[in-house]
Amino acid sequence: MADLLQTPLYDLHLSLGAKMVPFAGYAMPVQYPMGVMGEHTHTREKAGLFDVSHMGQVIIAADDFETAARALETLVPVDILGLGVGRQRYGFFTNDAGGITDDLMLANRGDHIFVVVNAACKVADIAHMTDNLKGVRVTEVADRALIALQGPAAEGVLATLDPKATQMRFMDVATLTLQGAECWVSRSGYTGEDGFEISVPAAQAEALAKTLLAHDDVEPIGLGARDSLRLEAGLCLYGHDIDTDTSPAQAALGWAIQKVRRTGGARAGGFPGEKAVLSEFALGPARKRVGLLPEGRAPMREGVMLFATPEDDTPIGQITSGTFGPTVGGPVAMGYVPSQYAPTGTTVYGELRGKRLPLTVSALPFVPAKFKR
Amino acid sequence: MKYTEEHEWLRAENDLIIVGITEHATTQLGDIVFVELPAVGTTVAKDDEVVVIESVKAASDILAPIDGEIVEVNEALGENPALANDDATGAGWFFKIKPSNPAQMDGLMDEAAYNAFIA
Repeated sequence: MADLLQTPLYDLHLSLGAKMVPFAGYAMPVQYPMGVMGEHTHTREKAGLFDVSHMGQVIIAADDFETAARALETLVPVDILGLGVGRQRYGFFTNDAGGITDDLMLANRGDHIFVVVNAACKVADIAHMTDNLKGVRVTEVADRALIALQGPAAEGVLATLDPKATQMRFMDVATLTLQGAECWVSRSGYTGEDGFEISVPAAQAEALAKTLLAHDDVEPIGLGARDSLRLEAGLCLYGHDIDTDTSPAQAALGWAIQKVRRTGGARAGGFPGEKAVLSEFALGPARKRVGLLPEGRAPMREGVMLFATPEDDTPIGQITSGTFGPTVGGPVAMGYVPSQYAPTGTTVYGELRGKRLPLTVSALPFVPAKFKR
Repeated sequence: MKYTEEHEWLRAENDLIIVGITEHATTQLGDIVFVELPAVGTTVAKDDEVVVIESVKAASDILAPIDGEIVEVNEALGENPALANDDATGAGWFFKIKPSNPAQMDGLMDEAAYNAFIA
């Protein structure tokens, strides 16, 4: 793993006994001695600390927020201009065909936009923004770590360092001083739990992580549990559940495109692939991302082909994420099916080790979100 | 107790052989969430895929360590696959096989050889 990048918490992961794996060019902890099931359950019941420093942190600045927002709206089909100061929102980049090239979080931090993008896409995303955003400065924030603290105990733990944490609501962003470090904090995450994502100067990251971990309620959580947590929460993993071959309508991400950017809205369109994206919402997509609950206990993972019947030769779709959901207590999956098979309760069949086994189309999320709204 | 390079353990019980996977294997696999066992009465040959294990991470095949007939499987693993993690060489056993060629046992590793193998 010599050629892999390391986050500022690399040494801490090793000292905690993490099993390190390559992920998006970084050496990342996939699990700690507690194990994936234990880490998952601990996060749902108390609090988990995740190193997400491999993700890309980017500042988009101009003379004022409005100029930066108008520019970024040319690449991202969500309402950025209408985002209040200290608020964050989910979005994605589209390409000319209306496919998704990455998903991201973007925040109005007063005089600039703070963006967090996926690790595997960050080089391309930054080039994309640098090349296509006129009149703004696109700056990668390479000197900060990103730590997520997730779970019902997260608020109480973070409040011991700065009581202002309790005043934040879901998707608020604020600057908190944590152990003397200026941290850019959002009340968000990717587990379906209440929690925070904390951008902390790299030099102070390990000390902050150690302080958080010293709390009885906090355990370190690896990528393995991060995946089962986000899947139970019905959240997409870029490169698996969404990619350049999937559109916002197919991915059931219409909720992320506010009215103002849709047909008839004041700032309708104006992003790559606008015609394809907006007309697909109007006409209805031919296929949709759905939740899938396999019967029995055997997990059905990414790549499992889906069929309308136990006998059909031609698949109708496939699973894009699947694992065992520790909180659900059984296997959970997401995948794409033709829209006529998308209603909740529809039975489809997955081919696993030569056998066709039934799955039920299920509403997402599998585990109710516990955001503090 | 005998061991295979596939990290199975075999323990004689009268004229049957009990088969499971080692603690080393279950630690490597992580939390086991599903075990698909063969049907009782199945005749298997050495290296046939006989059990599928799903951990939180991935699916793994377990190969028959010797030739024989499956005479009993550990039904408790169906409801509680974590038994394989919690008690790999005891309550987490997979199946009992009636060997058709008991001499195959002689080619397997003993505990010292297995410990050296995984070291």
